Amino acid sequence: MRFILPLGAFILMVGLLGFGLTLDPKKIPSPLIGKPAPEFSLNKLYAPNEMLSKKDLLGQVWVLNVWASWCVSCRAEHVFITDLASRNLVKIVGLDYKDQPEDARRWLKQFGNPYSASLMDIDGRVGIDWGVYGVPETFVIGKDGNIKYKHIGPVTKESLEEEVIPVIKALLG
Amino acid sequence: MIPEIGNFALIIALFLSVVQTVFPLAGASLGISRWVALAKPAALTQLLFVAISYACLTWAFLQHDFSVLYVASNSNTELPIIYLISGVWGAHEGSLLLWVLILALWTGAVATFSANVPPVMRARVLGVMGFVSFGFLLFILLTSNPFDRLFPAVLEGRDLNPLLQDVGLAIHPPMLYIGYVGFSVAFAFSIAALISGQVDSAWARWARPWTNIAWLFLTIGIALGSWWAYYELGWGGWWFWDPVENASFMPWLMGTALMHSLAITEKRGTFKAWTALLAIFAFSLSLLGTFLVRSGVLTSVHAFASDPDRGVFILAFLVIVVGGSLALYSWRAPSLKSAAQTNLLSREMALLFNNIFLTVATAAILLGTLYPIAIDAMGSKISVGPPYFNFVFLSITAPLGILIGIGMLIRWRKDTTQNLFSRVKYPAIAALIVAFLISLTLPQWIWSAFAGLAMSLWIGVTAVIAVHERFKGKPIMVGLRATPSGFYGMILGHIGIAVFIVGITLTSLYSQEKDLRMAPGDIYSIAGYNFQFNGVKKEDIKNYVSTRGHFTVTSQADDFRVELTPEKRIYRVQQSPMTEAAIDAGFTRDLFIALGEPLDDKGSWAIRIYYKPFIRWIWLGAIIMALGGFFAASDRRYRQESRSTKGKKLELNSGVVV
Amino acid sequence: MLIKNILIRQWRLFLIAGLLACSGLSFASVESYQFKSPQMEAEYNQLIGELRCLVCQNQNLSGSNADLAKDLRRQTHELLMEGNSPDQIADYMVARYGDFVLYRPPLQNNTLLLWLGPFVLLLVVIVLVFVKMRKKQVLVAPDQAAMKKAKQLLSEPQEK
Repeated sequence: MRFILPLGAFILMVGLLGFGLTLDPKKIPSPLIGKPAPEFSLNKLYAPNEMLSKKDLLGQVWVLNVWASWCVSCRAEHVFITDLASRNLVKIVGLDYKDQPEDARRWLKQFGNPYSASLMDIDGRVGIDWGVYGVPETFVIGKDGNIKYKHIGPVTKESLEEEVIPVIKALLG
Repeated sequence: MIPEIGNFALIIALFLSVVQTVFPLAGASLGISRWVALAKPAALTQLLFVAISYACLTWAFLQHDFSVLYVASNSNTELPIIYLISGVWGAHEGSLLLWVLILALWTGAVATFSANVPPVMRARVLGVMGFVSFGFLLFILLTSNPFDRLFPAVLEGRDLNPLLQDVGLAIHPPMLYIGYVGFSVAFAFSIAALISGQVDSAWARWARPWTNIAWLFLTIGIALGSWWAYYELGWGGWWFWDPVENASFMPWLMGTALMHSLAITEKRGTFKAWTALLAIFAFSLSLLGTFLVRSGVLTSVHAFASDPDRGVFILAFLVIVVGGSLALYSWRAPSLKSAAQTNLLSREMALLFNNIFLTVATAAILLGTLYPIAIDAMGSKISVGPPYFNFVFLSITAPLGILIGIGMLIRWRKDTTQNLFSRVKYPAIAALIVAFLISLTLPQWIWSAFAGLAMSLWIGVTAVIAVHERFKGKPIMVGLRATPSGFYGMILGHIGIAVFIVGITLTSLYSQEKDLRMAPGDIYSIAGYNFQFNGVKKEDIKNYVSTRGHFTVTSQADDFRVELTPEKRIYRVQQSPMTEAAIDAGFTRDLFIALGEPLDDKGSWAIRIYYKPFIRWIWLGAIIMALGGFFAASDRRYRQESRSTKGKKLELNSGVVV
Repeated sequence: MLIKNILIRQWRLFLIAGLLACSGLSFASVESYQFKSPQMEAEYNQLIGELRCLVCQNQNLSGSNADLAKDLRRQTHELLMEGNSPDQIADYMVARYGDFVLYRPPLQNNTLLLWLGPFVLLLVVIVLVFVKMRKKQVLVAPDQAAMKKAKQLLSEPQEK
């Protein structure tokens, strides 16, 4: 009877491995979903005397898009972020991650600026608070200031239409 | 042209593997001796064609044939010949071809050197190995062909990964593969025994030397990987419990258990079911390793390929081979029960517990390695790393260390508590006292250091006593000649473990490290050594820019002095930095210096310094163990078989099968 | 469609860019941080050994020179200097990155099997072995009694 145990254990293991083939071990979901967005207060890129903080955005649904001028896939994603901005659903705040202001301005001038405000995270500290581990990443924040959704990697047409926009619309009520 | 020949040779080899599988296995069960006789020629011919194919790929590398995609991706015209040759197995497709070649070599060896194995059993063994070859050849031809062409051909290939341009790392895969693949022999023998319902234990005797050889190569392969990681990766570690490292360690643990189990089954005819199961486990874990490394299911620096499609193929193959063999086991193993009883206080029992501990340790490593997948399947992500593995593995193997010593002193068949206790108490006390004294000389008292030293002394002392008992009353020359080399194998294997334990205990607990800023002229002291930084010098080498730091290291205790020059290289083509640490290797300690980053324009640099006591003992222990495996395999009892059983062969031939 | 293909490849590029920076192709980064005490330094070394570099192919913060690893090491150092304990720093990282960032899996409901499983297995197997041994001994005893009786009968003078 005990002779069948190894076979049984093997079958379980194979089932697990087979399922594992459908998973992506590199995508790390955020533990901040449903939790308050981190506090931040940064100078605006195009209005260096003004600051933007979390409390300025309370009461509205908004999107945080983490990008960088040195990031190749951000360029590909940009058209969809611009598309999202053009729908006038929500404000999109751009967080330029580990970049220089000059490079950011140049990039936005060249490719277009869909952001209602641009913030610089030069040393990456704000990114750490948001659990950013690569660029691009996109967050949707609800009226209560909680993070409702995180998209890892570049936003594509599918993910824009099938995930990001429905989430935003649901939060808008 | 040559790549086409190589590809074609693989196709022929595939057909031959089918012949090698189907006819001998069918012939053995149906009693058709002409089919049974096909096994050896099919195996040797398959070897010929796989060798031709491998030679063609090597030739393509040596001739810089960049019309072959694999060659273009893994070599260029600047690469030295030695790395052209090792580049053949440097990436996924080529390494699979090496795997198949090594399997063909093992098969050929078994076909040639088993004159004393009855033809029917040999046919089954070669048939099973043929099926494994078939699976891998099919996998190569369908999903991972190294001969795929690149159109249009490029003029210059990419570089071989700079990390692989290193002799130690270059030879690490062949050593590992000889080990992994070698376990297929014991596996095939155990499948053959299960199919035939063979109740005697002769198959254990035949499988032993093959298993010992496979095990010793796997030991060397793992040690090479660990040693390389230490001097190349620069964080002072030598084992990270990475999934791919675990994929090599699990078969090693099962191979160790298998060697012990084969010994009992041969000597006493007991534990046949255990031995068969361990043989299946050892090879299954080798195959599982192939899956883990190439399917992308787990994240690892070592991962060769991350291709779920290839993963599906390997998984299907695993299901057939492992699932099939475990199903066969669950059906047939009950009939392998032996009538002999085992007493609780006996060497057989100690060996059984040895196997239990090794198997549970292996299961724990497997659990830890695969657990992240299970958690991911349930929606979250975790990591299982060294803190887990170190704790669980050491907890389980600590009792095992004690058991090794008991195992060497306890009697076969039946011992008594009194007798055992009287033989065990003096070595135990001696080990504790000496370990205590040594611990007092160490920089600080650490209980686990004392325990580790006591454990390895215990193993060492019991080994010495075992030798003494063997030679007792005999003049040395008589004793030496009368002792089979298998005995020396055991002694060396255990002493190797003791040396290894000393190494890991002292280096884990007494290493010192410091990251600091040093300006030219600064001196930093660590562990009784003075490290003086004398600035850096830049130099232009052929394909990289070299920045060398110059250090003078002196000892506070004596007039030891050495100049160390850690280097930082920026390769021109790839612009990637590589750091070569400077190591002063020693029997009792390593001194390790690495350059970090320049900190200012006055010549200050971030420097990393390590003091690593007894770290070489880790790999020295592995070498001693491997030497033990060699002695065990070369036991003349195995070679004498062919002469004494020649007469018996005729009888066995006539009684065919079921 | 084309853009989707580009994006899919770019996603890999994004990862590859991050991964290339990791110690797979180069060497652990060296910083020269100062600490308030040797104990704090030891805590720092332990922490960066047990925290995972999220953009790497299975490396800890100590062994990686990826940008994120450098940032997280800096963060660890700062948090220690501010007086946080290693446990608090671990919690800080987990709050932002999840349990994935710890190489020492926390003991919680979904890791009970992981931490206890091997020991339970070992115990169960050892107990089973002992139980089997006793069963065999129990079987032996009646045989011995029967053997004794048989001997006795055989040694009696035969009648007839």
